[in-house]
Amino acid sequence: MTVDKINELKKTAYKVREHIIKMSADGGCFIGASLSCTDILVYLYNCFLNVNKNNSKDPQRDFFFLSKGHDVPALYGTLVETGLLDKARLNNHLKTNDFIYWHPNTNIPGVEFHSGSLGHLLSVAMGTAYDCKLKEQENKVVVLLGDGELNEGSIWEALLVAPSLKLDNLIAIIDRNKFQANTKTENLIKLEPLSEKFESFRWNVGKTDGHSFIDMERVFSKISGNSGKPTIIIADTIRGKGLPSIEEKADRWFVNFTYEEIEDLLIELRTKEKTILKSETLMVR
Amino acid sequence: MNYETLLENLTKKDERFIIMTAENRAAIRNLPSKIGNRFIDTGITEMTLVGMAAGLALQGRIPIAHSLSTFLTMRAFEFIRTDIGIGNLPVKLVGGVPGLMSEANGPTHQALEDISIMRGIPNMRVFCPADEDDMMICMEKILNSPSPYYIRYNNRKPLYSHSSVFVEGKAEIISMGKDINILTYGILFSEALETSKLLESKGFDTGLINMRTLKPIDEGIIINILKKSKLTVILEDHFLTGGLFSIVSETAMKYNISGKVFPIAFKEKWFKPALYKDILIYEELTPLLLTNRILKEIEKI
Repeated sequence: MTVDKINELKKTAYKVREHIIKMSADGGCFIGASLSCTDILVYLYNCFLNVNKNNSKDPQRDFFFLSKGHDVPALYGTLVETGLLDKARLNNHLKTNDFIYWHPNTNIPGVEFHSGSLGHLLSVAMGTAYDCKLKEQENKVVVLLGDGELNEGSIWEALLVAPSLKLDNLIAIIDRNKFQANTKTENLIKLEPLSEKFESFRWNVGKTDGHSFIDMERVFSKISGNSGKPTIIIADTIRGKGLPSIEEKADRWFVNFTYEEIEDLLIELRTKEKTILKSETLMVR
Repeated sequence: MNYETLLENLTKKDERFIIMTAENRAAIRNLPSKIGNRFIDTGITEMTLVGMAAGLALQGRIPIAHSLSTFLTMRAFEFIRTDIGIGNLPVKLVGGVPGLMSEANGPTHQALEDISIMRGIPNMRVFCPADEDDMMICMEKILNSPSPYYIRYNNRKPLYSHSSVFVEGKAEIISMGKDINILTYGILFSEALETSKLLESKGFDTGLINMRTLKPIDEGIIINILKKSKLTVILEDHFLTGGLFSIVSETAMKYNISGKVFPIAFKEKWFKPALYKDILIYEELTPLLLTNRILKEIEKI
């Protein structure tokens, strides 16, 4: 991955975070989880998934399912920045004249299926992956899950079934921000050791830094579509990433900010982003 | 042709059909070897079964998903409601041993609220065939419907030669009576048929209606019967709440009509687990016992 590409992705992620922050006023949104998966979505839509505004109805496209639907502001923002969704529609967030609400739905171009109730889209993605296999197509089916979502029994049911169906075109990603709604995951229902759990369920398991485009490229480029096994990637992330004032704060899950607070957060994002851009560019060189 | 052969033929003729099960193969035991990877067994996982069915339907398939009625409609309820209902996907849910057909399994297996909860889902339709012939007459049309469907699987051997004309939302009118009319569906159709003959022999002009689809419902026949009958009997192997009695009541209120109605259903109780013929005796559902109950009711008029 070139320095120019990294900078381009960082700029896109910055814009997506701006969209998310703006959506957290006038009714608010699930900002913490949205910010944690922003870099993952930006990476997927710009480097990994074969889906764009020209092929969004083509059966040969790659399919992306957002199972942890409450972080849809990150998806809305990413769809805008990849040209699938008209930017002006973000102004309709939570308005009755549109469908830009707290969970994704198929009235939004690029959204493959609605979600919001946790624990659903792994099995839905499996159905679509099975269909692609039947059609002998090469397309990938990717589903993003939350780590809190792993509390749901339906996830473990589906995790058990997918390897037996040999769905090697299926890639599940865990946004491992180590938080669920109100608490740290390990302070409630302990998830660790996660890799070992998935391995014992017969999945290919990978780990990545969900905020590093270089590291995601390293891990995702190794995924084989012919291994006979589905793949699961644990992406280590930080809830609220990009805004130190809300990062890893338990009560910054759903927030409805005032306009003044939004202005402050946008300044905070800009300041933080400049520091990151500088340091990571140096690191690449 | 039986149910299994119908599925085999449909699957071979039309690539949209996928046969699925959560390891309940009673009705489809021979299909895996005949249709290969168009048969999916997800194991004892009703949520995954329904979720996968939704994911297949999203790509243009028509999944026909099998499991026992209780587990399919209740364990996986929120998946049906959220994935198939909201998505309005053409998934067909086939529930095994519904209602009295669970026989001696006990209340864990007694689907007596399945119609109530399935019909409560926007877009979902409900089909309850009277017996195997009735099921086979209607099934191909049901399976080809663009709507999601819940089907109470019923392979009971028929006692009646059903009309081969099937229209969704239209009941099968066996006969119309001036005194008593019985509205029913599903496995108790055969008992209702015998009951109607017994009532005739007692001098009551008795009719019988096989509802077939409970959603969409044949409102016309309900209105007609409520208006014309001295007594309308509603016979169902379902809880009193939410099934055909509720549907008839809703229809009556909607059109501001009334009538003398005698519902026979399970009121806030499960039925005695036993073999079918013994349940009928214990729960007073044999034709003879039903006749006595109906005669007592008509005496009150």
